[in-house]
Amino acid sequence: MRDPGMTLDDVVIRRDGRTLVDISDRVAPGEVLTVMGPSGSGKSTLLSYIIGTLETGFDAAGRVILNGTDITDLAPEKRHVGILFQDELLFPHLSVGENLAFGLRASVKTRTARREQINTALEDIGLGGFADRDPETLSGGQKARVALMRMLLSDPKALLLDEPFSRLDTERRDQIRTLVFDQARAKGLPVLLVTHDHADADAAGGRVHRLS
Amino acid sequence: MSPRCETTSARARFLPWAPLLTLVVMVGPVVAGVLGTIAPAFGYMPALGGDGITLNAFAMLFDWPGITRASLLSVITGLAATAMSLLLVAMICAAWNGSRAFRVIERMLSPLLSVPHAAAAFGLAFLIAPSGWIARATSPWLTGWDRPPDLLILQDPYGVSLIAGLVVKEVPFLLLMTLAALSQIRARQARDTALALGYSPVTAWFKTVFPRVYTQIRLPVFAVLAFSMTVVDVALILGPTTPTTLSVQILKWMNDPDLGMRFLASAAAVWQLVLVVGALLLWRVGEIALAALGRRWVASGARGGATRTIRAISLTAALLSASAIVFGILGLLVWSFVGFWSFPDLLPGAFTTKTWMRHTMNLWPIVSETLIIASVATMAAMLLTLACLEAEERYGLRPGSRALWLLYVPLIVPQIAFLTGLQTLAIFTGIDGNRTAVIAVHIIFVLPYVFLSLADPFRAWDARYGHVARALGAGCNGVLWRVRLPMLLRPILTAAAVGFAVSIGQYLPTLLAGAGRVQTLTTEAVALASGGDRRVISVYALSQTALALLPFAFALFIPAIVWRNRKGLRHA
Repeated sequence: MRDPGMTLDDVVIRRDGRTLVDISDRVAPGEVLTVMGPSGSGKSTLLSYIIGTLETGFDAAGRVILNGTDITDLAPEKRHVGILFQDELLFPHLSVGENLAFGLRASVKTRTARREQINTALEDIGLGGFADRDPETLSGGQKARVALMRMLLSDPKALLLDEPFSRLDTERRDQIRTLVFDQARAKGLPVLLVTHDHADADAAGGRVHRLS
Repeated sequence: MSPRCETTSARARFLPWAPLLTLVVMVGPVVAGVLGTIAPAFGYMPALGGDGITLNAFAMLFDWPGITRASLLSVITGLAATAMSLLLVAMICAAWNGSRAFRVIERMLSPLLSVPHAAAAFGLAFLIAPSGWIARATSPWLTGWDRPPDLLILQDPYGVSLIAGLVVKEVPFLLLMTLAALSQIRARQARDTALALGYSPVTAWFKTVFPRVYTQIRLPVFAVLAFSMTVVDVALILGPTTPTTLSVQILKWMNDPDLGMRFLASAAAVWQLVLVVGALLLWRVGEIALAALGRRWVASGARGGATRTIRAISLTAALLSASAIVFGILGLLVWSFVGFWSFPDLLPGAFTTKTWMRHTMNLWPIVSETLIIASVATMAAMLLTLACLEAEERYGLRPGSRALWLLYVPLIVPQIAFLTGLQTLAIFTGIDGNRTAVIAVHIIFVLPYVFLSLADPFRAWDARYGHVARALGAGCNGVLWRVRLPMLLRPILTAAAVGFAVSIGQYLPTLLAGAGRVQTLTTEAVALASGGDRRVISVYALSQTALALLPFAFALFIPAIVWRNRKGLRHA
């Protein structure tokens, strides 16, 4: 693979003439780059720009290069960038298994193969037999694990985390944090974490970029 | 706005044009109709030999002896019905907002709203008539009547029963609009702050919440005013007869076999439009005057009181208004099964299914015609609405607050003023008198209601679900069909039910666009009014009500069944 990892090449995002984000960096596979800043500092804006859902009204420049491919002008669904938000955002009209199936890439064709992979994935996160459950009946920690797995099944090339641990209680937070970072490292994904929590940054252990 | 959607498929290419198409479908006929009314009013209708500009039709109109009275009736019933409805709605909200009684009222809204105007009017008529339930319940012990009294309660010359019929139907509508407006402002905080400053609850609400709510419900209020001034079906049932209201008279002239009367009808329709515009201006002046008084009242710092009295009065009035519909429908039900019913017995001596049996065969074709028209009109309106909302999402074609006015154009321009012209145009282009024409005209009125009920829930949907879905590899269409629409199932079905009920209730559009040849339950029920056979009227009015209520039941039960194992959507 040519130039593996995610490169942010002079990404500058402005709104009403004010510069919110100004970053130029490279995240290697398996590395975690933490972006810190107070609320309203444009952390989430940066993530929207990378996944391609930045709202109109922002003035953005710079390139996002993923594994040597410039994805800046691609449609969000063509970018293969996974994201986890503070809320799990499990689709409320789908069962836990259907949520995972939504994420699982379409190249897994037959129904049995898909079902098998989803069941294995559920067992991997300690939720074996949960496929038919209503996501709303899950605990916060369980939801977070399903959301993570749903994203991983879509085979992302990079991982963006938008304060995904802040809703969890302290005990769960460590558990989920470890799970996410371990998975990313195992799959060799570049990770961009935005947070205002120093504990998150410490646990990530990587470099920290500060927005003002 | 969701970024970067594929725009290659035919469907995707259509989408950016959806708002324009919707506008043309909805406002185009109104504009064409008004022009088609104005031209013959000034003598221009080449097909009938009118090719010059004259004022003859207006001269004829103002020579008609009933003109002053009919005009006054229109203005007074409109202003009175609107003012009373608004006052009642404001008092209810001020006195009861946030209470348990208020939640009960909220829950009764949808069914009350969906009862068609004609059915509600018949129900009220059978309640207040000299031989109606109210007279029976109070005779002879209170009134001393052992025969129905010879009183002109129904169709009284002052339009009092007409106003009552309008108020009971407009209160639920305005209340619904007010509730939607209340949810958009922080009403509770403002009121609680005022309470902490020592204001009584009702005064606190009127001083802090009402001014902001009113600016949001101004357009619905205008629609109520225009509607109340020009309504035809309710006026045929409850309104005075000699003379009738102006709109009813216009319809008579329109139906005159002498086509020359169309000049007169058009002139009267233009005059009706002028009256509505005048009344709207008058209302606006009243708004400004009241606002000035209100400011002084606020500045006075008066804390108010009489909370209990106002609570009691407003709840009584609301109950009265709701029971007029509920007992009205109940009365229709009883009448449809009456064998023999002597005065002043409270219930009939004998029940029979004869009326239903005799009319079932005649009812079927009319019911299916009504259903076809309502289904097609609702589906078309729903498709256009969804296309508009999705185009707004994808291309940022968000309508400004001025565009909201356009939605209200078909609701504020009186039906009689543009349908008259539309029919005149249709006759000479040969497209009137069939089902397609009726459906097209129904869409004009169904669209605003479908759009108004669906827009808020559609826009309030959490866009991050879409972002997640796209990051997982779904395209714009995938997000729409696999995530957004399923999640919005309940509001979509509710909006469809509203549209369906609106279509079922249309009288004048069906009559004029169908040239009297397309028969729906509403046109048939109203046509029976002059005959006065209460049993048959009840059968038709009840069928009409049932058809309008049915989709609301679907909107309630389908999501409950489909999403029975989805807690997250139970309140969506």
